[in-house]
Amino acid sequence: MNLEDYKGVWVFIEQKDGKIARVSLELLGAGRKLADKRGVPLAGVLIGDRVKHLAQEVFAYGADLLYLYDDPIFHHYRTESYMRAVIDCCRKYKPEIFLYGATSTGKDLASAVATDLATGLTADTTMLDVDAETGLLEASRPAFGGNIMATILCKKDRPQMATVRPKVMKALEPVPGRSGQLIEEHLPLGEEDIRTKVLEIVRETQKKVRIDEADIIVAGGKGLGSKEGFQLIHQFADVLGASVGASRDAVEAGWIEHHHQVGQTGVTVTPKIYFAIGISGAIQHLVGMQNSGLIIAINKDPNAAIFQACHYGIVGDAFEIVPLLIEGFQAALAREVQYGGKV
Amino acid sequence: MLHIVACIKQVPDTKIIKMNPKTNTMDRSSAPAILNPYDAHAVEEAVRLKNRYGGTVSVLTMGPPPAVKAIRKCIEIGADEGYMITDRAFAGADTLATSYALTKALEKIGKSRSIDLIICGKMTIDGDTGQVGPGIARRLDIPPLTSVKKVVEINKEKGYAIVHRKLEDGYEVVQSTLPCLFSVEKEINEVPYAPLPNMIRAARYQPHIWSVDDLEDVDRTLLGLKGSPTIVSKVWPPEKPKGGEMLTGTPKEQAERIISLLLERKELFRAKEELG
Repeated sequence: MNLEDYKGVWVFIEQKDGKIARVSLELLGAGRKLADKRGVPLAGVLIGDRVKHLAQEVFAYGADLLYLYDDPIFHHYRTESYMRAVIDCCRKYKPEIFLYGATSTGKDLASAVATDLATGLTADTTMLDVDAETGLLEASRPAFGGNIMATILCKKDRPQMATVRPKVMKALEPVPGRSGQLIEEHLPLGEEDIRTKVLEIVRETQKKVRIDEADIIVAGGKGLGSKEGFQLIHQFADVLGASVGASRDAVEAGWIEHHHQVGQTGVTVTPKIYFAIGISGAIQHLVGMQNSGLIIAINKDPNAAIFQACHYGIVGDAFEIVPLLIEGFQAALAREVQYGGKV
Repeated sequence: MLHIVACIKQVPDTKIIKMNPKTNTMDRSSAPAILNPYDAHAVEEAVRLKNRYGGTVSVLTMGPPPAVKAIRKCIEIGADEGYMITDRAFAGADTLATSYALTKALEKIGKSRSIDLIICGKMTIDGDTGQVGPGIARRLDIPPLTSVKKVVEINKEKGYAIVHRKLEDGYEVVQSTLPCLFSVEKEINEVPYAPLPNMIRAARYQPHIWSVDDLEDVDRTLLGLKGSPTIVSKVWPPEKPKGGEMLTGTPKEQAERIISLLLERKELFRAKEELG
């Protein structure tokens, strides 16, 4: 393999129902920095059915080029069809660096592509840098449940690939009208070549906001003691209009479903306000919430690690403090209404 | 009769592992070795499918000799056979080299009894990548179905499987030809306590143990550290946050302080009210 043949930074543009995933825009922001440092173009790879109109958005967020595979066979995401498009594109145009969102689709696709191209893939990256001279990508990630950070290199194979966690990189401000080069590709691929079929898609509408989109999160942990104790978290969240989060311990104890779990093996969240109640602050939890705007922690143990990660901390019993918060906040709301002010 | 193979791994329990602050390395002796929790669900699902459709469940692992313990754990769950590949040549493998070695072992297992379905856990808790399962599927050129949260049907006669794949906002119903590979979510099942006869069988069970010489058509340059495109160049402790302000006073005073902090951000609550 001649490493010199591989040039440019690429981002997989994940889309669903004709809408680009936020993480792809974040990666265009991160990719732009890498491309500028290395002095190479930034390209997107977009695959879908009638998605050509998204090209303008990809350019607005920083891409110089867009490789487009637009065909009804790509209507639903399927590993087999998408993988063939990406592999085809890599073999033809040889990128030096290729980034994917660490979503279920991005991870699924990148794993398959890396195996076929026999190249290195770093999972769940949270920091990216590139050596301007050699083009070597430094992809860093939490490892061993977040106990350490590790920098992973792929020295001898190309493209260097990484999946990157959502909400870690920053998207650029879009520049409307910014132009780029659209390269339309075609793949001789028929339905008979694909062994999987999507029979149905079921959207589960949830009453509450998805926790990774919530402005306010009230999260509870082992300190709540029981499923009944955890109800306190729901009550407080209801009063605040917040979403409910949980530590891994609370989820594993069966007090709440997995999709509420915040942390390394759960969801990464960046709400404006995050309450950590009865959560000790294991590193695996901290990596999922430490970028929140305002972090308030309540824990009985004065030595709990969460107090190192919060903005304000209270050493105390949640079952004493939280009811006071509920009562006090409701009273404040009522006062505001009485004096005509909106809260 | 189905032949299902679950790929499993023994891992250190990362929840309680301690770091040596001087060397920045993991003190592996501080953490017990356990069956990767996601893999327990993979084996349990394989056993449930065996009970539903009839067949055999085999488990496969790559690891050092003590990993036999993880295989015994799978026998407790209800697996019939265990295979382990262990050799210095496999050491230091990243996900690409791991999927290669496991694929060679699967090919050998498949020679004596062809494989209909491979099931992997979503990921391991030490590597946290989820890349090995899809890698195996590519190497065997069978469809990979990741994020499986429910198996609707396996039909060996007609050669297909139907599953629910978890999406960020729901799920999709997917049909695939057999053989194929699933990597499963934790929510797919609950792993019950092992029945006593399984525990007795597990205690005495001796798995099939293969070295690299027992595998066929192996390109040794693709194994272990040599066959791994990625290397770890540096490890360091995650940045320690500086710590916040500890509130003092009575619980009531502390609560009042928090409420005033919330009210400084009134706009967050107003937005919600307007939404209804």
